[in-house]
Amino acid sequence: MRRRRFATIAAAALLVPALAACGKSSDTGAAAPKTLTYWASNQGASLEFDKKVLQPELDKFKQQTGITVNVEVVPWSDLLNRLLTAATTRKGPDVVNIGNTWSASMQATGAFIPFDDATLQAVGGKDRFVPAALASAGAAGKPATAVPLYSLAYALYYNKRMFADAGISSPPATWEQLVADGKKLTNGKQWGLAVEGANVSENAHHAFTFSQQFGGQWFDAAGNPTFATPQNVAAVKRYIDLMATDKIVNPGNAEYAQNQSVSDFANHKAAMLLWQAVGSSLKAQNMGPDEYGVTPVPFLASPPSGGRHIDSMVAGINIAVFKHTRNREAALQFVKFMTSDAEQVILNRTYGSLPSVKTVEDNAAFAAPEQKAIQQVLSTTAAPLPQVPEESQFETLVGTAMKELFADAANGKAITDDAVRQKLSQAQQQVTK
Amino acid sequence: MRETTAERYARRVVLSLLALFVLVPLFAMVSSAVKPLRDVQGRFTWLPTHPTVAAFVDMWTTVPLGRYLMNSLVVSTCAAIVSVAVAIFAAFAVSRYRFRGRTLFSVTVLSTQMFPGILFLLPLFLIYVNLANATGIQLYASRLGLVITYLTSSLPFSIWMLVGYLGAIPRGLDEAAQVDGAGPMRTLFRVILPTALPGVLAVAVYAFMTAWGEVLFASVMTDQASRTVAVGLQGYSTQFLVYWNQVMAASLVVSIPVTAGFLFLQRYFIAGLTAGAVK
Amino acid sequence: MATTIGSDAAVARRGRGKSTPPPGTPPARRRASAAGRRRPLGRSRLPYLLLLPALVLELGVHIVPMAVGAWMSLREMTQFHIQSWSTAPFAGLRNYRATLDLDTATGRELLHSFWVTVAFTVASVALSWLLGLAAGVFLQRPFRGRALLRTLFLTPYALPVYAAVITWTFLFQRDNGLVNQVLDSIGLAGHRPFWLIGGNSFAAILVVSVWRQWPFAFLCIMAALQNIPGELYEAAYLDGAGFFQRLRHVTLPMLRPMNQVLILVLFLWTFNDFNTPYILFGGSAPRQADLISIHIYESSFHTWNFGQGSAMSVTLLLFLLMVSVVYLLVTNRRVRPDA
Repeated sequence: MRRRRFATIAAAALLVPALAACGKSSDTGAAAPKTLTYWASNQGASLEFDKKVLQPELDKFKQQTGITVNVEVVPWSDLLNRLLTAATTRKGPDVVNIGNTWSASMQATGAFIPFDDATLQAVGGKDRFVPAALASAGAAGKPATAVPLYSLAYALYYNKRMFADAGISSPPATWEQLVADGKKLTNGKQWGLAVEGANVSENAHHAFTFSQQFGGQWFDAAGNPTFATPQNVAAVKRYIDLMATDKIVNPGNAEYAQNQSVSDFANHKAAMLLWQAVGSSLKAQNMGPDEYGVTPVPFLASPPSGGRHIDSMVAGINIAVFKHTRNREAALQFVKFMTSDAEQVILNRTYGSLPSVKTVEDNAAFAAPEQKAIQQVLSTTAAPLPQVPEESQFETLVGTAMKELFADAANGKAITDDAVRQKLSQAQQQVTK
Repeated sequence: MRETTAERYARRVVLSLLALFVLVPLFAMVSSAVKPLRDVQGRFTWLPTHPTVAAFVDMWTTVPLGRYLMNSLVVSTCAAIVSVAVAIFAAFAVSRYRFRGRTLFSVTVLSTQMFPGILFLLPLFLIYVNLANATGIQLYASRLGLVITYLTSSLPFSIWMLVGYLGAIPRGLDEAAQVDGAGPMRTLFRVILPTALPGVLAVAVYAFMTAWGEVLFASVMTDQASRTVAVGLQGYSTQFLVYWNQVMAASLVVSIPVTAGFLFLQRYFIAGLTAGAVK
Repeated sequence: MATTIGSDAAVARRGRGKSTPPPGTPPARRRASAAGRRRPLGRSRLPYLLLLPALVLELGVHIVPMAVGAWMSLREMTQFHIQSWSTAPFAGLRNYRATLDLDTATGRELLHSFWVTVAFTVASVALSWLLGLAAGVFLQRPFRGRALLRTLFLTPYALPVYAAVITWTFLFQRDNGLVNQVLDSIGLAGHRPFWLIGGNSFAAILVVSVWRQWPFAFLCIMAALQNIPGELYEAAYLDGAGFFQRLRHVTLPMLRPMNQVLILVLFLWTFNDFNTPYILFGGSAPRQADLISIHIYESSFHTWNFGQGSAMSVTLLLFLLMVSVVYLLVTNRRVRPDA
């Protein structure tokens, strides 16, 4: 009996050191006063690349202030989940990058330090930032939940040689022209435009832009969803029709969700592409900047009344500070550093994005045609996505509805106004406030 | 017992079809791993036109694959060993003893299979954080937390499988051992386990693979130091593009230890272990 | 429960029969009878001790979080409240009503997703089990290269899920994928079909699910087949039983305890499978393949509505619990007479 007991106890006792031996705590950024933990998002060619870009800047910061920053580059597939757990458990990094479309949702959690005027002053002042970028950092009327770090907007990329071959002298400035050009460019071997039809976020972004041009909006002033209005129906239909009726988009694009449209453009299978700052990616796929031109996203030739002169959402990355940080001063200093003139030039030049501060807009680093085109869009014709907590539901529901419409179009089904309205209406019914 | 011609024919056909079913995607993986990225993005060709091993070289730097692989191996092995041990004890208790709460235990354990993982995630994370605050044992962003989570994930099925397996082992073996003077523990280790070895191995494989392939908890509960391969592979899908050829190459390489393990364990599944044991 | 304790009654009888050994008994015999004396069932503390590690782990890692999850379903838990859960307003059954109300789009979509998942799960489990059985049975007989074939069959299971599914995404691409190319060369597909969107997506995810899962069924069946004594087959063969008859009268009955567990567990896992549809369809599944785990994720967790997500999950849990209980009752009734 004793032996038996002993055996079981011994077995159980073995579990504990076994578990301990298997485990290994890792560095999560200790509470040492001069250390910060920073979660950066993936902006470049790979996680390792991003780390290599950031590390020298962090070393610079340490030299200037004596504060060590431990950076972890988090892939997009994980970032939202990890931010969520950090917000819930109040344990995690001090400073984080967030996609700017998440700003309103993040604001609603109350987990981040609000950037009221005083706090903004601590990082260099409100007026330094590009107004459109700052407007995408939280709901209007409330202090921003983050400050913009990298700014982006959509532009129209077109293949110069394919355009020349088809006898088109200049890129389209209206959608009607784009369709006409696209039809000239579409033959057996290539298509006019590449579209990421199964990517829910991309769909939602374009839905936003078209809706602006048709004079619609996705949420009313009270924050209630208004998905199925005639303007929105027209907007979504205009985009889907590029494949359905105009037939300048390869039906196969209806299943593209892993940036295949970018690859198609790089491999000369499509002549045009609507994307945010894709130059670095094209370069990685052997398409140099001399092979393509960049021009603002087109407008409607005769916009309806109420239509706005907007051709892109304000895209970008914001930088936020968790309230649970134990080094508030250090964190704000770091934010100030990252949004300082010098760093804004270095980082944005590497990533191909645009600075979020006005002071370095004219820097030579952003003089390339691609950056100039995006800059123009950003400063004159870009608008922030609705800054409501239900924004992510809008992206998911409307984006998925559009994905289904693309699938129908690719399978040859007619896309009527009614079909679009029904899908949008169904999407709206699933919004929970 | 001789095999009829019809049986032999059926066997060959069925096994060939199965092999084909399994091989085709594997071949696609191998073929894509040795193609340059541009070829992979284009039309699929069975054989690469410009074979290159660039993917196998680049994949170690695009993503810290070596570290991820090590983490995965350590976490999965530890989780498997401990899980099997715990499961053996529990299954022995459930299959050989009737005690109060037996059905309740079984039903509870079974019900854990019915909850979607994402619902566990937040509360479990909270528990780990609170534990870490209270005791200082780091359970999130650490391999230990992963081991504990994974070994518990594989417990329900392991216990059930072993209960079924042990249940099929005749009580005569137990009785024979007891007549020889063995207590329950010795019966378990000396008599029952050797007989149940194929089942135990299947369970060990399952526990290892559960830990090896788990994505959800790994994506949230690890940081770059403790990240595993299952999640790490998603690092090849970057802001720019998906490095298809590197994903394929990395998948093949990380599957080698596991497949080698399978090959090695083959002989323990050989038949004839229990025939004649009860005499 | 999976098994019955067949001869426990006999053991108990023997144990209770023995009393304190008479003095002067040699130590060996005394030890034997001491062991026998410990045997009375229900009074031994050993089973509880053996269960303790499993119980502690299950409680801490599964049960308590599940209970918290169920608690979340009764609260309005959105992004506004994740920071301080205790202040989340009590929502009563509101989340459940929103989920189950078939007049709303949410309820209808959930029900649709449910049926799709049922069809998918039944098909996937049936196919995986059949393939596993076929492979297990046909690999019983030794032949050259058997070990290699076994390993090959287990390879899909060895691959990381991301790799396996993304490869199939690759193969199923309409324009560049292998599947359409093969169909083209056979001349089957008139116009190239889509596999990842539209009606074929159900077939696509079924294929991927079976490809990944059947090796596991094969593994379990193979292990269980080792337990069947060769004499039973010999006896049946001598009685004139052919292949299928041996299968039906020897193999399947002997596999029953293991099959019972295997099929139930495969059913539960397939029903709850999140990774496969998530990776195959890039995060949002087409309507025809809208499996319930990804549906719950997209309609609630993805948009930070944890209260609703929890309610949906608890509803799902109750359904699966019911199915399991019914399944176990039905299958147990058949097991008992065989003891």
